[in-house]
Amino acid sequence: MKKIVAIEVYKIFRRPRTYIAFGAIAALIMVIQLGLKMDGQSYAAFLMKDINETLTVDGKVLNGYLICYILLQLLLVHVPLLVALIAADMLSGEANLGTLRLLFSTPYSRTQWVLGKFIAASIYTIVLLIWLAFLALFVSMWIFGTDDLFLMKSNYVVLIQEKDVLWRYVGAFVFASFSLLTVTSLGFLLSSIANNSIGPIVGTMSAIVFFTILSTLNIPLFSVVKPYLFTTHMNNWKEFFDIQVNENNEAVFGSILNIAKIKTSLLVLALHIILFVSASIIITKRKDILS
Amino acid sequence: MSVIQVNELSKYFGHLKAVDHLSFSVNEGEVFGFLGQNGSGKSTTIRMLLSLIHPTNGYIELFGKPLGLKRAEILEEVGAIIERPDLYPYLSAKEHLLLFAKLRSKKITPANINETLQKVGLLERANDKVQTFSLGMKQRLGIGIALVHNPSLIILDEPTNGLDPQGISDIRNLIKQLSQKEGKTVLVSSHLLSEIEQIATQIVIIHKGQKVADGPIQKLLDPNKMIVQVKTTNDEHTKQFILTSNFRNYLLARKQGIYLGLPDYEIPLLTTTLVNAGVGLVGVETRNSLEDYFLQVTSNTNS
Repeated sequence: MKKIVAIEVYKIFRRPRTYIAFGAIAALIMVIQLGLKMDGQSYAAFLMKDINETLTVDGKVLNGYLICYILLQLLLVHVPLLVALIAADMLSGEANLGTLRLLFSTPYSRTQWVLGKFIAASIYTIVLLIWLAFLALFVSMWIFGTDDLFLMKSNYVVLIQEKDVLWRYVGAFVFASFSLLTVTSLGFLLSSIANNSIGPIVGTMSAIVFFTILSTLNIPLFSVVKPYLFTTHMNNWKEFFDIQVNENNEAVFGSILNIAKIKTSLLVLALHIILFVSASIIITKRKDILS
Repeated sequence: MSVIQVNELSKYFGHLKAVDHLSFSVNEGEVFGFLGQNGSGKSTTIRMLLSLIHPTNGYIELFGKPLGLKRAEILEEVGAIIERPDLYPYLSAKEHLLLFAKLRSKKITPANINETLQKVGLLERANDKVQTFSLGMKQRLGIGIALVHNPSLIILDEPTNGLDPQGISDIRNLIKQLSQKEGKTVLVSSHLLSEIEQIATQIVIIHKGQKVADGPIQKLLDPNKMIVQVKTTNDEHTKQFILTSNFRNYLLARKQGIYLGLPDYEIPLLTTTLVNAGVGLVGVETRNSLEDYFLQVTSNTNS
């Protein structure tokens, strides 16, 4: 199994297509960072315009932590599409190329191949997320410096002390890895059905868009299924940035407002991953390799 | 010892019988020719031997072990190329061999890799990406992948596809060497019947998924069972005459030309009979190649 994972990771990183995602993320982040560096103060003033009369904020509002939060809000919606480029190609791309028969006629079982390929696709996903974290968090911290994190939610304001921020990002990125691995496993499942990669890539993107719409629509009919949709839970990394307050309405250092919500979301995402990968194994095992 | 044993093997795709109750066996050290027209079920059978396609019915045993139960153990000793040489365009020839060598439990050294590259004539292009390769070079690399782990059984499905005459000759010599010097068992399917005739010791011919002939090639091409092509000025008239003569049972069903399958001692009598009947005889040509035999058995089944 280790050999399969090593070979598959090697193949992923030898393909030019792999680097599209890394390039796209770097380009997007750098453009946003450049824009905020050049014209960040007016952006911060725009953010604060509603509360300027009631609240006085000292220090740097537009610091590395806030930039990272803004970037994650923007990018974590689109990164799944980049993940799908590779994950949805893992089996169907080999079928299309005709190489699946070379792999499946080796002594390794199809279950080992599917698991090995899924682990390799997951490694790619994690590496992509680490790249995103490096650029969005650490480069932003380096360019913009650090200070307390000041977040404007829909009907309240969250202020997290500088020393209480970094571990939340670690948690948020770990959570995001579960979200993206769910996308990886969905792309992988569709990849096991098809014999070319276009269908699974478009299918994965379409499924994410479709279920995201269902998750965000406030229609009673959909409320029943919403808690079970992975798209409902994918953006709950933001829960790491909601903080408990004490009786004096002061932020409790190191606290998370709704840890149960994070746990539930992680469980739902993990169950989706298991379900999608298991289905991929069953489909691949039953399949006749005709390509 | 039987290296491949196939019993009553069938594969149905819905109502289509791709392979229908096929049985044959291949002995150790043999070069076994697996013949059939396009769509006859050759590749489906080969894919079943490699566990790429699940049989509908039947039983496959390789090295005396059931494929269904001992798959991993069996496939350690099998090297195969299946139809087209599909490879990774972004990897080099050497990288391909290294990757596929890693998937085997045998220890394969860099020297073994170079030796395989040398064997298939790709040593000088070892580090070039496959996307720069011609079809023939890809085919050679495909064969290299099949050989890199030094398997006991080599399955080659159309190994000469895309090769030039020199390449075909090289592969023919390589197969002979693998069998005669290294004692490998080789199952080879090819459209080039003249090639199979030169290298195979045993053959099986399948048609519409069923076996129509098998046995040692020398026995099947028995000089006592000559194929005779009769060339005349009026083929239709001659065919009608033969159908009313004592030679009617020897007439072979072919779309074009007049062919008879008969013992060589009957040829003078056939010629005399035709001349006496006033047939405008242009010539009588005896043929006894594998191609003729193949056309004979597959045509008989078509009719």
